[in-house]
Amino acid sequence: MYQFVTGPLAWLSFGIFFIGLIVRIVLYIRGLDWQADRVTYSVNTSYGIKGAIRSIIVWLIPFGTRSWRVNPGFTILFFVFHIGLLVTPVFLQAHNILLKERLGFGLFTISDCTADFLTIAMLTAAAFIIIRRIALSEVRILTDWYDYLVLAITVIPFITGFLASHLIGDYQFWLILHILSGEVMLIAIPFTKLSHFVLFFLSRAQIGMDYGIKRGGMKGKGLAW
Amino acid sequence: MAEGKLCNRNMINTEEELRTLLADTSGKQYYSEMMDLDVDRDKLKATLDKTLKSRLKTWLEICAHCGLCADSCFIYLANNKDPKQVPSYKIQSTLGQIVKKKGNVDNAFMRMTMDTAWAKCTCCNRCGMYCPFGIDMGVMFGYLRGLCFSQGFVPWEMKIGSGMHRVYRAQMDISTEDWVDTCEWMAEEYEEDYVGLKIPVDKKNANTIYTVNAREPKHYPEDIGEAAALFHIAGEDWTVPSEGWEETSLAMFAGDWEACKLQVQSVYDAIDRLKPKRMVVTECGHAYRATVIEGPYWTGQKSGKPPVESLHYVEWVAEALRTGKLKIDPAKKIKEPVTYQDSCNYIRNAGLGDTAREIMSYIAEDFREMTPCREHNFCCGGGGGLNGIGRYREERNIGLKIKRDQILATGAKLVISPCHNCWDAIRDLEEVYHIGIRWRFLKPILLSMVIIPDHLKPEE
Repeated sequence: MYQFVTGPLAWLSFGIFFIGLIVRIVLYIRGLDWQADRVTYSVNTSYGIKGAIRSIIVWLIPFGTRSWRVNPGFTILFFVFHIGLLVTPVFLQAHNILLKERLGFGLFTISDCTADFLTIAMLTAAAFIIIRRIALSEVRILTDWYDYLVLAITVIPFITGFLASHLIGDYQFWLILHILSGEVMLIAIPFTKLSHFVLFFLSRAQIGMDYGIKRGGMKGKGLAW
Repeated sequence: MAEGKLCNRNMINTEEELRTLLADTSGKQYYSEMMDLDVDRDKLKATLDKTLKSRLKTWLEICAHCGLCADSCFIYLANNKDPKQVPSYKIQSTLGQIVKKKGNVDNAFMRMTMDTAWAKCTCCNRCGMYCPFGIDMGVMFGYLRGLCFSQGFVPWEMKIGSGMHRVYRAQMDISTEDWVDTCEWMAEEYEEDYVGLKIPVDKKNANTIYTVNAREPKHYPEDIGEAAALFHIAGEDWTVPSEGWEETSLAMFAGDWEACKLQVQSVYDAIDRLKPKRMVVTECGHAYRATVIEGPYWTGQKSGKPPVESLHYVEWVAEALRTGKLKIDPAKKIKEPVTYQDSCNYIRNAGLGDTAREIMSYIAEDFREMTPCREHNFCCGGGGGLNGIGRYREERNIGLKIKRDQILATGAKLVISPCHNCWDAIRDLEEVYHIGIRWRFLKPILLSMVIIPDHLKPEE
């Protein structure tokens, strides 16, 4: 079982993940229409690129935009959740050992202690994100089962990974479940709204180009996000 | 498929059709016919297939339902944070459903969609600045209005407005003759006070072509006189076109993209005919947005720019003050506290926030910013056509509360509002809420404080 889920199934899920994301990127860019979107993507492109870069970077900085600043609680949840979600699996020692074994190279790693901290922080943030969904009427009205599903897809690999690494209960069981749930997440990313893994950048770049080229970027200092 | 005599999917293209629709006071018959208007589902689906591109599709798909857009919406805030006014909810429950159902929606759904698209969103685009993905629901509501319009589900005044553009190339029934007569009349009136003042019509190769909002010749002709006086004092070489003088676009508010193009093209044709070096647009937000920002795309200008450099009136004023063409008498500057209404259409959506501040630095001694301001300012409450729709007067008046409170918080009793829509909304909010404020365009304010060179003064 272990051989299967870390062998063919792993290749398959990584394949779907990478190819799926490339397809999403290509479809997004090909579906842009200068006249319908009313943005001349290929004229005054330097202004567009400037606007796009700014639009991405300021939103990646905690409290870098007015929206982040006026919603400090959510901003903290957002960054803790996403940092834990991205940093932990990519730089985990165990993952990089596996990577070295299979592909012959590994990345910079974080200590297991840091990984535990990030995992717990990320799971705590997820818990508050759920509470927020239920407690705030403006979020509750938007929430449907799909939002909980994608949240479940992202947190289950962390819960199972944490249990496995700390040998809580049946190691083999949690390990296999961890690998499987991780693969479900990889496959789900291109097909669900988890595709914002790449579409966040494209969508932000697009609105950044819109403001950078058309909506004042060529006249003012650029939009104060 | 059932269609009404007045409420239908046809466009208004003749004066007679326009008169018939106008004769239906407040759209009584129009709205009653709308109750039975069938949805052309095939056409709706075909339109979606053709026009729903990756940007909007992605926005609808990846919305994380986080609710950060809620507090960005003045209508949500004004309605005691009613969750049904959350921008994401408003668009997902209308456009989102139409897309999900591939156009398979019924009459009641389309009427609800119309009420949402025109009464619950002014297309101010503020929400797009607060969404981590940059999802601009104002843009999506603009698109949704187009779908509604093509199906005949459009507020009565908007159908009339777009019809006006189709018939008169103006948002009101003003003929070329009416317009030229008004210019001549104003030139005569103002020539008495400013020696040598003229309103040159159709002058070729002038430095500046000046274009207006139809409300000016129709209801406030003195605005044209004031513009002429200021151009004259500044020594501007200017002209107005006899045709293609109208900048506004109720067609844009209505979602009538074909009429948008017709209207803007008439202005570009005037530019082509008269070959001015640049264009100046009157104190109107959506007019500038329509003709200068969006118009190039409607008419297929690959550069994304109008045929000549185009300035909003505030840009012209700032330039004239900066270069000394207009000089302010320091004794006549505004002494009392004064605030400035940032119009969504030329501040948030065209980057002219600094220009407005530059003007205020010349004319006011106690300028007070609203909070928030500039790009982050709230809509006046009447944008996107909402001011003009009788069916939604109550909703509009509720929305005005946000601007009322913003103005009150500045402590200023005078609001400078170089945008017709904002100006109207602020006038109406005073009428509804009686907070004791005054509101002004820039032109009369400038004219009251500008130094008039001796040779332009009439002999006593």
